[in-house]
Amino acid sequence: MKIRAQIAMVLNLDKCIGCHTCSVTCKNVWTSREGMEYAWFNNVETKPGIGYPKDWENQKRWNGGWTRKRNGRIQPRIGSKWRILANIFANPDLPEIDDYYEPFTFDYEHLQKAPELEAFPTARPRSLITGQRMEKIEWGPNWEEILGGEFAKRSADSNFEGVEKEIYGQFENTFMMYLPRLCEHCLNPACVAACPSGAIYKREEDGIVLIDQDKCRGWRMCVSGCPYKKVYFNWSSGKSEKCIFCYPRIEAGQPTVCSETCVGRIRYLGVMLYDADRIEQAASVADEKKLYDAQMDVFLDPGDEEVIAQARRDGVPDAWLEAARQSPIWKMAMEWKVAFPLHPEYRTLPMVWYVPPLSPIQSAAEAGKMGVSGAMPDVRSLRIPLRYLANLLTAGDEEPVARGLERMLAMRAYMRSKTVDGVIDGAIAARVGLTAAQIEEMYHIMAIANYEDRFVIPTAHRETSEDAYQLRGACGFSFGNGCAPGDEAGNLFDGGKLRPKNPMEVA
Amino acid sequence: MRDFIFQLLFVWYPYVCLTVFLLGSLIRFDREQYTWRASSSQMLRKRQLTWGSNLFHAGILFLLLGHTVGLLTPTSVYTLVMTVEQKQLIAVAAGGVAGVVCFVGLTMLLHRRLFDVRIRSTSSAMDIAILALMWLQLCLGLLTLPLSLAHSDGSVMLILSYWAQGIVTLHPVDPATLQGLAWPYLTHLVLGMTLFLVFPFSRLVHIWSAPVWYLGRRGYQVVRTRRPQPASRRPAE
Repeated sequence: MKIRAQIAMVLNLDKCIGCHTCSVTCKNVWTSREGMEYAWFNNVETKPGIGYPKDWENQKRWNGGWTRKRNGRIQPRIGSKWRILANIFANPDLPEIDDYYEPFTFDYEHLQKAPELEAFPTARPRSLITGQRMEKIEWGPNWEEILGGEFAKRSADSNFEGVEKEIYGQFENTFMMYLPRLCEHCLNPACVAACPSGAIYKREEDGIVLIDQDKCRGWRMCVSGCPYKKVYFNWSSGKSEKCIFCYPRIEAGQPTVCSETCVGRIRYLGVMLYDADRIEQAASVADEKKLYDAQMDVFLDPGDEEVIAQARRDGVPDAWLEAARQSPIWKMAMEWKVAFPLHPEYRTLPMVWYVPPLSPIQSAAEAGKMGVSGAMPDVRSLRIPLRYLANLLTAGDEEPVARGLERMLAMRAYMRSKTVDGVIDGAIAARVGLTAAQIEEMYHIMAIANYEDRFVIPTAHRETSEDAYQLRGACGFSFGNGCAPGDEAGNLFDGGKLRPKNPMEVA
Repeated sequence: MRDFIFQLLFVWYPYVCLTVFLLGSLIRFDREQYTWRASSSQMLRKRQLTWGSNLFHAGILFLLLGHTVGLLTPTSVYTLVMTVEQKQLIAVAAGGVAGVVCFVGLTMLLHRRLFDVRIRSTSSAMDIAILALMWLQLCLGLLTLPLSLAHSDGSVMLILSYWAQGIVTLHPVDPATLQGLAWPYLTHLVLGMTLFLVFPFSRLVHIWSAPVWYLGRRGYQVVRTRRPQPASRRPAE
């Protein structure tokens, strides 16, 4: 047993209103730079839809994640190490920028400087790559916003597998949900495995997966390796970049920018302890539907004395063990089992988990045919098909998702009974395998969602590994070489781009 | 004057180029890690790159290997297994095929870089210059093929390999021996050395980082730690 700790995230999709505040604040902080305009470390997609980049969940097309070989070992789906190197000159599995979208700005200046015209002046789009006029914008990080576009195209969504999807194209039966996406900071990251340079690594202390910008050579295999397509190639610097889980904030005990600014208070951050020795075994389970259970087996109970003792021996600080015992992630993922990993079938053991959304009861209710089990509506008559959620969160296994949804419904029923009728109905809790106390705590964490309950983040102890005296007067965070940016104009080594473009110029 | 120019171009210039090549690479690796990359433009445009890049790289790697082995293997070593004439025939045939493959790929890449507006507007001057230089160099190299066939005794090949071996062993041969060669050979030599000269200032540095070590990586995962390591795992101070 080798115990490590990770700051994991849970997103409660039941409360996501799709406002994109997470995406925008993240973009403003991290990716509003040349080369990264098209990249969204965090984006919110409306499901069902094919997403951003197009069709990212279709691994038959993009070959992301892992595949299990006949001998029971796993390897990246893009190929063995030999195959990856053989494809290094032209990566057959790399999305083109049009699969994301060509970044653009608008000719805002034209609105102010246009001469007197018959027609109202407009700000037309202009490419941020070529500087040229763009007649049509084809795609974006939220292109299918609130069911935008035809159902025929959106329904290419891979999560419809095993679902009779035609009826969901009808207005009366349509359904939707939001899916905010970011790097999963996996326990078994495929991007790390695919990187020929060894530039991508997982941090032992907090599990954050980072790309060493100095060691990245731009072989771009990580972009293909990642099944969530959350590694982005910076076309300007020639290096890959990805969500850094706001590690400077996490180290200081602050939540990530996306979590901090979430107006729906849907995001939770907390410590999970895991057994690093069991990762490979868990990711290699034969049956894809067992991967969710296998990943839960990798997590360790922070209340277990044996685990605590071993964690101390493995160097996990006591503050982190204490935080692990308070972890909202542990409660939602392991104790109440209402949070699930995103696409466990990719075998990456992701560490950003999702609470599935409840949805209105189907039109079945109108027809008086509403299925009920006991006092609660049957989760199978919810508007979002259970199989769809299961394909998204549990490799198609409906049982765990059904149980999670039932528990959330039970929480509502219990609290309604308590606050409206003044009756504490322990039977509701018992029916879904919880105690009244657990339901109350669930309500406190998931419904009330106070700041200090959502974010339980122990600080990093940099002082144990760094001599702050040597860092005085240093540059802090910068690109390039210490204080000198590597891409400054006039640099002897490959500086100064040909730049005829001027995005603000009006044609 | 002619003697001086030959002395300059084929005795001094090679050392200038090799020095800049090695020291420049070292300095850039040490000081400018963030600029050290392959600069792939595949993400912006796949068209013409899949074929272009694969053909170009396959051809150029073979040509590099061929030039290195062909020029630097001492005559006394390869004559154990083949005659000089045979070696020249192999060099012309194999080099010719690889040269044509490389030419097709490089032409596609150069065309793409110059005429695809996305690629053109995101290219640095050096990105274009290095492709153009290599294209020119390849054309010159291909131009020498018919000339080599004309003197199949391998005499020119021997002159060139003695010169190259003289340079790397720090005993440069008398540049007068090169004076009888046709201009495609001579310009090919000068331009070849120039490529070494500009190497550290271009994207070519990615060649140093060819990630062959990946094949030797144990397992797949990479973990780094900031934690102070136990004394047993810490290097001695």
